[in-house]
Amino acid sequence: MEVTDVNIRLACDRICLPAVSENEVQKLFTPGEDIPTCAGFMRGHGTYTEGEDLKASVAGVKEQVNKLISIKPLKSRYNGEIGDVVVGRVVEVQQKRWKIDTNARLESVLLLSSVNLPGGELRRRSSEDEKMMRKYLQEGDLISAEVMNVYQDGALSLHTRSLKYGKLSQGVLVKVFPSLIMRRKNHFHSLPNGAAVILGNNGFVWICPASGLEHQEDSGSAGGFIQDLEKEVPKADREVIARLKNCILALANSKMMLYDTSIIYAFEESMKFTITELLLPDVMVDVANLTQHRLHLDIAD
Amino acid sequence: MADILLSEAEKTFILHGVRDNVRNDGRSCSEFRPIELELGLVENANGSARVRLANTDVLVAVKCEIDNPPSNFPDEGKLDFFVDCSANATPQFEGKGGEQLAVELAALMSRAYQTRESFNLSTLSIIKGMKCWKLCIDVLILECGGSLIDAISMGTKAALADTKIPKVSVIGSDEGTLELELADEADGREEPLDWHHAPCLVTLNKLEDSLLVDASAEEEACCAAALIVGVSPNKKITTTSIPGHGSFLADSKIFARALNLAVDVGVKLNTALEAAIKKHQTLKPPPRGFLD
Repeated sequence: MEVTDVNIRLACDRICLPAVSENEVQKLFTPGEDIPTCAGFMRGHGTYTEGEDLKASVAGVKEQVNKLISIKPLKSRYNGEIGDVVVGRVVEVQQKRWKIDTNARLESVLLLSSVNLPGGELRRRSSEDEKMMRKYLQEGDLISAEVMNVYQDGALSLHTRSLKYGKLSQGVLVKVFPSLIMRRKNHFHSLPNGAAVILGNNGFVWICPASGLEHQEDSGSAGGFIQDLEKEVPKADREVIARLKNCILALANSKMMLYDTSIIYAFEESMKFTITELLLPDVMVDVANLTQHRLHLDIAD
Repeated sequence: MADILLSEAEKTFILHGVRDNVRNDGRSCSEFRPIELELGLVENANGSARVRLANTDVLVAVKCEIDNPPSNFPDEGKLDFFVDCSANATPQFEGKGGEQLAVELAALMSRAYQTRESFNLSTLSIIKGMKCWKLCIDVLILECGGSLIDAISMGTKAALADTKIPKVSVIGSDEGTLELELADEADGREEPLDWHHAPCLVTLNKLEDSLLVDASAEEEACCAAALIVGVSPNKKITTTSIPGHGSFLADSKIFARALNLAVDVGVKLNTALEAAIKKHQTLKPPPRGFLD
């Protein structure tokens, strides 16, 4: 087996981010910093008062709605909203429910009553089903789901009562900041390059071969719980998925929003590099810059 | 290492990818991820280095202490490895969670440095049989993203390269106890160590019949067995270890192949590391640290 050279760079060559800036740079508040206020302001999220002063409790940008002043954190865990598409991992099987890790502060729940079991919509859930729960979803399994409800304490309740949701089969999970996922009408995309992505609002991005998602829709009667572990993904598809993964990480590294167009552009711009070159930080910034440039051209047109 | 959950389908995807020699991030089986190195970023240590291997982040600091030499080797100094698994890396390390892993890693490192060929301990002697230097090598694990021991060994070698030992002179003796004087740091009378033969440790993960170099945390979760080989720049193996429950010995062919591959990779790693250290020592850039 041929051994390739190892690439070791020095920290002094590290590129200062962000090389990419969307529009004018907003002022960043650091925790403990004074926030300029108006008379009779109201204290919002991410702030606290010390004496007369209002101070930031998180690092982020200021948001003001009339007299309500809040700081929107740059990095945070996922704050769910009803209707969001999420990708999550089963961490525990409990009585009539699964606990799902969705990158939120609390573990989300998926109730047995909010999944489609094999045999159609109107099937009654018996105690047999409760015993069979681990057969449908076990610890470690990945699912796509929709946020059904947000509880008082901020925990999310999910549902998979649609054919597009359910257990995910072969593919790669990429984790990015939730704030980088642009909210769109559709978060399931079949890309022209033969891969499909699910951009979970919670920052979990699922990349799989295009057949992976179609297959899910066909499997209606099985309720989206089947996995094909025998099928081998062809090498060409695998390379596309690897390239896509590196492109998404490149965009996320430059703090660029992720949505279908930006991902497709980044993929196309990355073609002049090999897949492994895309792991190098300077190439990552390059791809992000090129993508940014193309997105700007689109807006100009 | 730190356990992570993976679904069966993800494992299958990784497994088939390795068969095709296309890993999840597009690397081939024998490729390393890009590495970032920084030297001398801990001011109050005699030498320090930070290694970032994709998501694995390790900080190594070397401190010198004056100690008594071991009685069986009176003209040698001592090396003392200590690994700290920070709970920043993964919540599993909280409290005593990382202790076992830390002890294993420290033992592995001191085994790799045990042979006189990888590190000449006699350079640490001050007065034969009476005083010697003890190098305390402290490793702090900041992030775990696979191939932890590889990053630690690189960091250790780089930190040793960065270490300068102050000169000592004897100013008098009083009934068997010596009075020593350390040269001021300002004098610049500090001596670099002989680090060039220090080994780099290479982990090879076995997945079916394939051998993976520099596995990510996800890949490590799929692999049945791992082989850790310490390789010095002159192609010598200083230690081997098979951590965990998996076995490499069921098939002698694969074991021989693994050792050969490890030596090849280890030599490349040593060369690249040495080049990076040299570059740093000629450039002498100001420390970048952790911000930005």
